Amino acid sequence: MNRNLLRFMLGRVVGLVLVLLATSFVVFSAVHLAPGDPVTFLMRGRPITPAAREAITAQYHLDEPFLKQYWMWLTDVLQGDFGRSVQFRQDIGDLVMQKLPLTGFLVGYAMVLILVVGMTLGVVSALRPGFVDKLVLGWTGFSIAIPSYLAGTMLASVFVVKLGWFPGFGGGEGFTDRLWHLTLPAIALALTFAGLLARVTRSAMLDELSREHVEVARSRGVPEGQVIRRHVLRNALGPIVTVIGTMVASLLVATAIVEQTFSIKGIGSMLIGAVTAKDFPVVQALTLLVVAVFLVVNLIVDLLQPLIDPRVTLGGDKR
Amino acid sequence: MAETTTSTDMSKGKNKSTAASSPAAGPGGSAEPLLDIQGLTLRLPASAAARPILDGIGLHVGRGETVGLVGESGSGKSVACRSVLGLLPRTAETEGAVRVNGTDVLGLDKQGLRDMRRNKVAMVFQDPRASVNPMRRVGAFLTEGLRVRGLSKADALARAEQLLEEVGIRDPKGALRKFPHQFSGGMLQRVVIAAALTGDPELLLADEPTTALDVTTQAEVVGILQRLQARHGTGMLFVTHDLELAAAICDRIYVMYAGRIVESQPAADLFARPRHPYTAGLLASTPRLDPDAEPPKPIPGRPVSLAEAPTGCAFADRCAFAEDRCRAEAPPLVTQGAVSVACLRADEGILP
Repeated sequence: MNRNLLRFMLGRVVGLVLVLLATSFVVFSAVHLAPGDPVTFLMRGRPITPAAREAITAQYHLDEPFLKQYWMWLTDVLQGDFGRSVQFRQDIGDLVMQKLPLTGFLVGYAMVLILVVGMTLGVVSALRPGFVDKLVLGWTGFSIAIPSYLAGTMLASVFVVKLGWFPGFGGGEGFTDRLWHLTLPAIALALTFAGLLARVTRSAMLDELSREHVEVARSRGVPEGQVIRRHVLRNALGPIVTVIGTMVASLLVATAIVEQTFSIKGIGSMLIGAVTAKDFPVVQALTLLVVAVFLVVNLIVDLLQPLIDPRVTLGGDKR
Repeated sequence: MAETTTSTDMSKGKNKSTAASSPAAGPGGSAEPLLDIQGLTLRLPASAAARPILDGIGLHVGRGETVGLVGESGSGKSVACRSVLGLLPRTAETEGAVRVNGTDVLGLDKQGLRDMRRNKVAMVFQDPRASVNPMRRVGAFLTEGLRVRGLSKADALARAEQLLEEVGIRDPKGALRKFPHQFSGGMLQRVVIAAALTGDPELLLADEPTTALDVTTQAEVVGILQRLQARHGTGMLFVTHDLELAAAICDRIYVMYAGRIVESQPAADLFARPRHPYTAGLLASTPRLDPDAEPPKPIPGRPVSLAEAPTGCAFADRCAFAEDRCRAEAPPLVTQGAVSVACLRADEGILP
């Protein structure tokens, strides 16, 4: 069992590294294949002397062959050096570290909302067929369909402009202030995902509700609340956890739009800024970050599955 | 309690009491049977079923008695069995009474129902794989029933171990730590039976407890059930489609067809001399080992579906002896001595 776990982990880590390598190559080439000359962007259209152009070209190794450039970048990255932002002339690692807490807070906040609202709605609609179920289905359909930029704009126009209950921009200082500042962005971010989670929770619950062992538990005089907790919700956790896992990375990407809407200086707006300014080292670093988060979260989800369902064995080997 | 609250129910007519709800205190039946179902009718909304799932069925089980409930799939035997625990579809409407020790289950509130399920009536379901939550340990499954009765965790574990030993599980302590998928079907059904015994039930409902098992395991499981029943003096309602099995272990047998009881007799008599053409058909369709036996003859046609509501006898379309009046008039269940049969031609000697 432990040997299996070890082999499984080893395999997954090797896979993770390979995927990261492949992704880094794709990202690196994509940025380089995009039209436009980085140096021109760097100078923001200002005239430039041939000598200065040459200096910049040399500084970013733009004169080297493509594969060599990639190799140089990769060896730096492997040593933890993501290079310098062209835009801000700052170390990218430092930049990310500065902005990560704010975006992390936003994503965490949104995640809490998604879990609480999504699972509650899902459970309620599974347990109350009829009117309540239809109401929840209607609402989740609506919230899934609403894109986060639209939700953000609508929320801002009502609660910031009309009512003035929440600040319209910035990330705030200190925990309470930050909570206050990030409430609307977190709601905008959570809407779609909470709707999705509610749907998944509902169908997983309905699936489990129809199982005979649930009836058996009832037939033994186990109180209904306990039946729901220990036999229905408990058994429905598999799909729920899987979906939550895929949401984490998507949330990180979705912050790009929401942070832009609410002028929050986090990773998301940094990504958008970097793309528009063709700040390619930053784009590369952030893309890799998202991919890495996705892979790590999925690894965690896979490790959780056997704890949820003992019939699942890691690596899917024979029993 | 409440010996005669309703008028017709208690008419102890020995001869030709034509009420479907005849209690007909059978041989060995005490004044008040352990389980007494009278005139139980269960309807689903018209969109789901054209005829009642159960149509005025009556049966009783005495203390320590084993009673068989036999019929094809869809005859309503499982629903009848579940109704004793108050496990009915949400949309079902019921009439009649299901009395356990004199208390009508259909009239119980949530608390009363829980109390009855914990302490008086237990059920063993068909498929042990489906009956036990696959994600929790066997120990959790067994102790759950004990914990809801107020036992401490340690006491519950000790008792669970004892119960596993009683149903013949080797290394009961280790078994408590295992997950259901680590057991074979037969072993898991023993666990389920052990779980059913947690509340020292007076009445055990067994809904095809051996159908999902292979033949050798079937015999073992039946043996365990019988042994435990004898030791604890439990009354048992044994639901099965296997008439021979029922005849082997039951004192009395009820035969169901399309939501009605069509015949009931002491097991040996039913087997030797069926009175209803359907029972005879069931017996003739069972393969025999005896070399002189005739080859099995299946009953022609198919069971009545829930979408059909035939007038008259529901079995008429499949019956070799059916006459015009069988299709016009529903036969009442007529009781003569220990025999009840619902067939208009039962007294005409149509069956050998």
